[in-house]
Amino acid sequence: MNKALIKIFAIFWKDLLNEFRTKEIIVSVLVFVLLVLVIFNFAFDIEINQSETVASGILWVALTFGGVIGLNRTFAVEKENSRLDGLLLCPVDRAVIYWGKLAGIFTFILVIAVVIAPVFLALFNLPLFLPRLALIIILAVLGFSAVGTLFSALAVNTRSRDIMLPVLFLPVVVPVIIAAVKATGPVLTGSPWSEISTWLQIMVVFDIIYLVVATLVFDFVIEE
Amino acid sequence: MNGNHTMGNGLLWGLGFALMVAALYMVFVYVPTEKSSGIVQRIFYFHVPVAWVSFLAFFVTFIASILYLWKRVTRWDAVASASAEIGVIFTTLVLVTGPIWAKPAWGIWWTWDARLTTSLVLWLIYIGYLLVRRLATDSARGARYSAVIGIVGFIDVPLVFIAVNLWRTQHPTTIIFEGGLTTSMLLTLLVCLAAFTILYVLMVLQRAGLKELEAEIKHLKSLQNE
Repeated sequence: MNKALIKIFAIFWKDLLNEFRTKEIIVSVLVFVLLVLVIFNFAFDIEINQSETVASGILWVALTFGGVIGLNRTFAVEKENSRLDGLLLCPVDRAVIYWGKLAGIFTFILVIAVVIAPVFLALFNLPLFLPRLALIIILAVLGFSAVGTLFSALAVNTRSRDIMLPVLFLPVVVPVIIAAVKATGPVLTGSPWSEISTWLQIMVVFDIIYLVVATLVFDFVIEE
Repeated sequence: MNGNHTMGNGLLWGLGFALMVAALYMVFVYVPTEKSSGIVQRIFYFHVPVAWVSFLAFFVTFIASILYLWKRVTRWDAVASASAEIGVIFTTLVLVTGPIWAKPAWGIWWTWDARLTTSLVLWLIYIGYLLVRRLATDSARGARYSAVIGIVGFIDVPLVFIAVNLWRTQHPTTIIFEGGLTTSMLLTLLVCLAAFTILYVLMVLQRAGLKELEAEIKHLKSLQNE
């Protein structure tokens, strides 16, 4: 078990180092997410006093679309110079590759969300310190990554892969999107825990189910 | 195909045809018009069996996908993909007959109710399933990938349903069920359910058989080229 953890960390570290040197994913996705926030502001012409109701939806649409773009990149870079083949040649279990990639993807999307959340809160004149929002973001991003790692590994071997990933990914994560949006709304208005606990439970269940299922079926997705 | 198989198939065709004729007769002639909602309620006898078949089809895809990944027998892949194709057709029919019925009954084409939304999300997931088969770089990959989606997508159904149900709690009470179904209505519904289920089985058998023949032709052609 400990050995598997070290191997997972090795794959994770490789992705982190690669991202640190190329800055290919996080920076570009950050700019994109910021743009989505700005464009939504024009699309809805949001008055500041009614922002809580719409704001939560805007945040999650921006993060979902940004997540899809980030996910697309993470396996696309592995395709270049046959790096994926190298990864598959590693003497490790396929589940280890899944968890290694998952750790990287989870970190990237989480970093994006953590940077974008305060910007979003400031732009919409909402309170800046919301620890419960952090919890929602962690659970939702974990759900996105669990499904996204599996599907981006799959989409990378299809034609027109850039469109294949969102087409597969978005309908499956519908429960996470609903739960995240519905939980963020009450958090922005400062409502009690009881209003968000059900949504948190849905995300926890979703995360567990998809982490287990994706670990089991990942083998069939990257097998040559 | 052996003789026994053909005879069973013929029997199934005969039974399916007889039931479908009976279903049409019962829906349009036998069953009384529902008092409060009028003639439009008769679409119920098609809408419900079609919805049932679409869920059945995706369930069969789920099971056949697991069996395919486990045993790697092409027949399971043929069954899974045939069932998914038919499931998409029937879900499309659900999404078409639903609004046709909803507009006169509720005064709206669409409501984001749990059942409707789950059907829509399912439809989108399985369109993805069919796209992956077509767009995978080779057919063996397509079979594996779609099997993964057949499993992952079906597990999503209860989660989507629960989430949407909590999201939109104002469930429009279906007027049909308020007074309960009378015996003749229930009988009609059951005959329709049986007719559509047999129609589904026949379609899966035909389509899966065709897929197996296609695979065989492809195999023979590749031998010829060598």
